[in-house]
Amino acid sequence: MSMDITEFYQTFFEEAEELLNEMEHLLLDIDIDEPDSEQLNAIFRAAHSIKGGAGTFGFTVLQETTHIFENLLDRARHNELTLDREIIDIFLETKDMLTDQLNAYRNQEEPDPEAFERICNTLKRIAEERVEGGAPKVAAPKPAAQPAAGADAAARVLTLTLTKIEEDEKDTLTEELALFGAIKHSEFSEGTLTVSIETQEPVDDIEAVLCFVLDAGQISIKETSGAEASEPVQSAPAPVAEQPSASAAQPAAKKPEDDKKATAKPAAPKKPAKAGNGSDASLRVSTEKVDQIINLVGELVITQSMLEQTTQGLDPVAYGQLLNGMTQLQRNARDLQEAVMSVRMMPMDYVFNRFPRLVRDLAGKLGKEIELVTVGKSTELDKGLIERIIDPLTHLVRNCLDHGIELPDKREAAGKHRVGKLTLSAQHQGGNILIEVSDDGAGLNREKILSKAQSSGIQISDTMSDEDVWQLIFAPGFSTADEITDVSGRGVGMDVVKRNIQQMGGHVDILSQAGKGSTTRIVLPLTLAILDGMSVKVGDEVFILPLGAIMESIQVKTEEINKVAGQDQVIYVRGEYLPLVELHKVFNVPSAQTDVTQGIVMIVQSEGRHCALLVDQLIGQHQVVVKNLETNYRKVPGISAATIMGDGSVALILDVPALQRISRDRRGESSRSSATVH
Amino acid sequence: MTDQQHDVEGNEFLIFRIGEEEYGIDILKVQEIRGYDGVTRIANAPEFIKGVTNLRGVIVPILDLRIKFAVGEAQYNQQTVVIVLNIGHRVVGVVVDGVSDVLTLSPEQIKDSPDFGTALSSEFIMGLGSIEDRMLILMDIEKMMSSTEMALVDEVAA
Repeated sequence: MSMDITEFYQTFFEEAEELLNEMEHLLLDIDIDEPDSEQLNAIFRAAHSIKGGAGTFGFTVLQETTHIFENLLDRARHNELTLDREIIDIFLETKDMLTDQLNAYRNQEEPDPEAFERICNTLKRIAEERVEGGAPKVAAPKPAAQPAAGADAAARVLTLTLTKIEEDEKDTLTEELALFGAIKHSEFSEGTLTVSIETQEPVDDIEAVLCFVLDAGQISIKETSGAEASEPVQSAPAPVAEQPSASAAQPAAKKPEDDKKATAKPAAPKKPAKAGNGSDASLRVSTEKVDQIINLVGELVITQSMLEQTTQGLDPVAYGQLLNGMTQLQRNARDLQEAVMSVRMMPMDYVFNRFPRLVRDLAGKLGKEIELVTVGKSTELDKGLIERIIDPLTHLVRNCLDHGIELPDKREAAGKHRVGKLTLSAQHQGGNILIEVSDDGAGLNREKILSKAQSSGIQISDTMSDEDVWQLIFAPGFSTADEITDVSGRGVGMDVVKRNIQQMGGHVDILSQAGKGSTTRIVLPLTLAILDGMSVKVGDEVFILPLGAIMESIQVKTEEINKVAGQDQVIYVRGEYLPLVELHKVFNVPSAQTDVTQGIVMIVQSEGRHCALLVDQLIGQHQVVVKNLETNYRKVPGISAATIMGDGSVALILDVPALQRISRDRRGESSRSSATVH
Repeated sequence: MTDQQHDVEGNEFLIFRIGEEEYGIDILKVQEIRGYDGVTRIANAPEFIKGVTNLRGVIVPILDLRIKFAVGEAQYNQQTVVIVLNIGHRVVGVVVDGVSDVLTLSPEQIKDSPDFGTALSSEFIMGLGSIEDRMLILMDIEKMMSSTEMALVDEVAA
């Protein structure tokens, strides 16, 4: 029975693509100074699996590229190749190239031979120049190189029984298996290939590679005696995922993907303690599922209010039961919506409340007097983000305590209060959440950072702007602490902070003034944050104004309106002249109130600036779910996002900072964009 | 569902009307057909972009091909039809005068289109289909919606 191998192409393409993505994540994730051997192993495995599959399907170019790549990765994971940014760049480039090749094969084309040659040469060059010792992969250095890996370091003998194998496949399979380790014994009879192999590879990986070629049902892997491992077999288990999958292999484990997913997530072991605590009380669900539920419930509530409107005119006597049901439905739908919403949203308090203790302990240890102030505790943030912001924030707080705030005597000498002040604040701003960690300490030392950067081999120039200089402290391995304390100073921090925040789609800025203190500002997008908003009407259109931005709403009198340069208007409110932004002009709303004295003026603030917005009327206060407008459309100036109102219609959420910018630009003022948030 | 080719061969087309003209688009790009209501205007957008609407919790832009092609009368009532397209990873709704039917066209029924250079640039036309006396303008809706001309995507973005 000759099978059409092309049927499996699609599976291979999908799996390979997944592996490549995983590889990219891992590569981008890897800490070049302290590469995690688990991560390196995972990258190697991915390359190896792709190579295996590519070989099977005759994608020679892909196979050769991955082969060279794999060799290099193998050296890297055995500490024979020291990673640096350049190498990671090249690895990433290789990954891109592999993606291109994969796409070419998918479109039934041959990959670009020039690109292939170029990448091969680059990889070979690295192999020649960078590899220490240059020894090809030998089993000998392995135990020394991977003491930490522990789990999969123990070599043991696996017996693989592969059934329904064609005569001509035998050699290829044996050859392929030889890549995992030393083949002790190999036997082929009546379509069954039995191979004993001494290997350190997890069973999952071997299976994953074989699954490109064979059905899961054809593979059976048994662990026999640990020939060289001193420990007994049972006590040397490979990663957690292995045992179930190894035993599940025989009873037709139809889904090799599942196993692969288990191996594809080596990030998990980092937080075993956290997961362990609440494992029985909580459940981890993908945010995608929660989002879907939120959307569906939103729809349900809208449908419910539609039904309610329809039934309103009915005779209560004749339709008593139906109307009762409707009332109950309404209550249930609302409760359900609230419950579902609350799944995702958590107040920043969840993060902030862990700091008082930390600050107290650290301050004591360091001999400093510190007062912690938190602002905006009730600002709600997506649960996914809140969990990921804890570590970076903890780091920043430690930094402030250690480097930022001076010792009490020093503070007094500088004419400051003995007690240093550390402020944590959170607020919604436009389509973002803004989290600030600020101290009133010494501020960053420009000279020190520059000289330190120079000695670490970072390119600098004396004319760099302060902002650029501050960004230097995010470089990996950077620390200006004079001595390493157990609080901070090892320089493995700020780069991680920055990377974590960038992964969340946000960014970090530092503002610092010598002697006055410094502020680290984290801006995160609101993927799905609930916003407290005020709905306002302009003409026939409804907009949502973030409540956090609103200072007050007033009605102005003619004498409070002043003209500047004949056309622009400013409003005089309690000793302050505020620029007037007429929303109907910005958004070209027809039939809106143009007479400032007849409309309502909202005084709003953002980025420390105040301005006045002219609207027709206020409608009411709502909690709204922020929906990204860019998913299906594009960015709209002056609008941060959209939301769905109770009646099912879409309302746009105003982006206050952007509106201020728009109005500034309109005034022709060359806006000096002060650390533009976006 | 046997052919995976992307060419015109034996494909099914959703046929809709704009004014007196009949257009066809690849039916696989169509997610659903619904009525026109609850559209929120977006300021400073081109005239043919009517705004955004709520499609079961997803914010979807709605554009009116009648305005874009400058044919037919852009009236909005109970009968106005919106074809919801799923293009790439985006969902877009287009307003047309009416949806007539779904037709399978064989390659012989599809003729090359002459150059127009009018409101509908000929690069977005896959060909002209003819069935009996009807002429169908077959649009490459995906290409058209992803073009900068439709102003649906940021110019910098891919």
